[in-house]
Amino acid sequence: MSRPVFAEERCKGCMLCASVCPQKILAISSRYNPQGYLVAEVSGDKPCTACASCALICPDCAISIVRSRKEGK
Amino acid sequence: MEDKKIFIRGNEAVCYGALSAGARCYFGYPITPQSEIPEMMSKAMPEAGGSFVQAESELAAASMLMGAAAAGVRAFTSSSSPGVSLMQECISYMSGSQLPAVIVNMNRGGPGLGDIGSAQGDYYQATRGGGHGDYRTLTLAPSGCQEAHDMMIRAFDLAFKYRNPVLVLGDGVVGTMKEPVRLWTPSQINSHAAASWQVSGAAGREKHVLKSLYLLDGVLAAHNRKLQEKFAAMRAETEAECVETADASLVVVAYGSIGRIAKSAVRLLRSQGLKVGLVRPITLYPFPDKVLQDLAEHGKKFLTIEHNCGQMVDDVRLAIRGYADSDFHGHMPGAVPAMDDFIGPIEEAARRTA
Amino acid sequence: MNATPSLPGLVEGEELIFSPPRSLTPVPTHYCPGCHHGVAHRLVAELLDEMGLQEKTALISSIGCSVFSYNYFEVDALEAPHGRAPAVATGLKRARPDCFVFTYQGDGDLASIGLAEIMHAANRGDKISIVFVNNTVYGMTGGQMAPTTLLGQKTTTTPMGRISEDCGYPMRMAEIISGLDGTVYSARGALNDAKNIRQAKKMIRRAFEAQSTNSGLGFVELLAGCPTNWHMDALSSNKRIGTELIPVFPLGVFKDNGFAESGKGGGK
Repeated sequence: MSRPVFAEERCKGCMLCASVCPQKILAISSRYNPQGYLVAEVSGDKPCTACASCALICPDCAISIVRSRKEGK
Repeated sequence: MEDKKIFIRGNEAVCYGALSAGARCYFGYPITPQSEIPEMMSKAMPEAGGSFVQAESELAAASMLMGAAAAGVRAFTSSSSPGVSLMQECISYMSGSQLPAVIVNMNRGGPGLGDIGSAQGDYYQATRGGGHGDYRTLTLAPSGCQEAHDMMIRAFDLAFKYRNPVLVLGDGVVGTMKEPVRLWTPSQINSHAAASWQVSGAAGREKHVLKSLYLLDGVLAAHNRKLQEKFAAMRAETEAECVETADASLVVVAYGSIGRIAKSAVRLLRSQGLKVGLVRPITLYPFPDKVLQDLAEHGKKFLTIEHNCGQMVDDVRLAIRGYADSDFHGHMPGAVPAMDDFIGPIEEAARRTA
Repeated sequence: MNATPSLPGLVEGEELIFSPPRSLTPVPTHYCPGCHHGVAHRLVAELLDEMGLQEKTALISSIGCSVFSYNYFEVDALEAPHGRAPAVATGLKRARPDCFVFTYQGDGDLASIGLAEIMHAANRGDKISIVFVNNTVYGMTGGQMAPTTLLGQKTTTTPMGRISEDCGYPMRMAEIISGLDGTVYSARGALNDAKNIRQAKKMIRRAFEAQSTNSGLGFVELLAGCPTNWHMDALSSNKRIGTELIPVFPLGVFKDNGFAESGKGGGK
């Protein structure tokens, strides 16, 4: 399944990623990273389309994108 | 360059010495009395396969010097007093970042714009670091054209040996007078392992970062301790010329062009039977305090002569404290000194201390 | 240096289509949440990868929040005094013409204390690249007025808002630099949305190509958000760039002398 993968130690919880996600599947979690930030996570039923908008807007290079070849055709 | 003797100004001697030392970058800004240096470098540096830039200011010239120094390339700049004040920013950064560079100051009269004549008013600035923070620059003081040439060769080696800026502190007299100079080239140039720290692209190795910012608790303290150890190690380079000091009752201390003029006065007075000698510091930092202390222990009296209002005399007094004091004769910046100017003060000091 | 990026947990039929560039050091940054330095860093690092420049690059870092950029780029680096980065870059480039030399500077550094250095480096046409991050405020020192602060913008030294009678006007550096003959490329992009980020990367590429083709000085200004000193959240900060900054600092290419495109890479 396509998905964003968070490097949680880099995330600062700014949530710009959630603001650009067309599927609205990103949200703040209840986990703190070692820097003391609440980190973002995938939360929602809709599938990730691997559009990579979240990774593009992320100021902390905290998101990698995995695309499933099947879904991506 | 083959071994030969030519008749040139001190400013030109600086250029020949730098080229022989392998300098391949020069960055500078015009200011009297050293403008022959950028003028000559504008032609000679490209001919030597190097780079010349007339910078927009001395701030920028020193910054360019820092860039070239970080690249591990032998580079230098030159200026005179007001311009060297502007360079202090980068001299501090270079010392803090441990970068090797050579800065020539043909000292002119101050304070402020002062005049364009010779003076020694930048002694404090040169020997105390000159900019902000706890650092020192190795400082060499030529008294003539041959020394100006030779000290450039030595200055580059010391800069790389200690990874620190080195000052060559001449003055208007040294820069503009003409003398026969024997040109020579060192048989080999020691890079002092510059490849182990230089910024030149991290191909095949870990990245190199050259910086002077250390924010974490205790890190700057450790860095400063390391720098202080290095400045202390520079004491090995201390050098002074001693003239007829063994049986002298009065020792004159003077450096640079004034040291040379004072030497003539001392020789003349010797020929008239006065027991005077001379110590001419060649390195101003590190200061040759051991030489002076030894003489003080042997009961000598001292007279410091400078072309300023009294700066090096502080170092002389520190060197001989507990044993002796030093008289001082200051030749005012703005007045050209001659040997006759020093005869009276030396005779008077000799009488006072007899 | 680093190997081809991969990710643990990848299974058959999955591929990694977006991951941190090799030229970026894999550590958390000190930048505030929503700060665009991180975006600018990533774009620069992606281009160093794509253009094959990493191993010959010398970064000249500046003073301000981005002073620590040498901790985040996996390249050789030198820390310049405040504003002097272009002159330091000139010296390093003249000493080692084979190096790829770029400065990374903020608005206080480049447009205030370092104005003489950037103007003359551009005027000389030094073969260096300048990445200029304009967030209209001094960040590191606590949000004081910058030369690019907007009229009316409140900062810690313009508590009533910047007034032109006292403080002059925001400086448009990309236009100013484009007016100098030694500049071969000058452009202004923004880092506030996906479209602008993609466009900004193309601009940085051209600013780098100005040097890699030995043509002259390449300059790119990036409008960036500073949520902390703008006293707003990351999303509002991004919106402000669109509503307040871009009307004053128009996006676009102000000069492109048409030098060749780099043959290496092909990243989109």
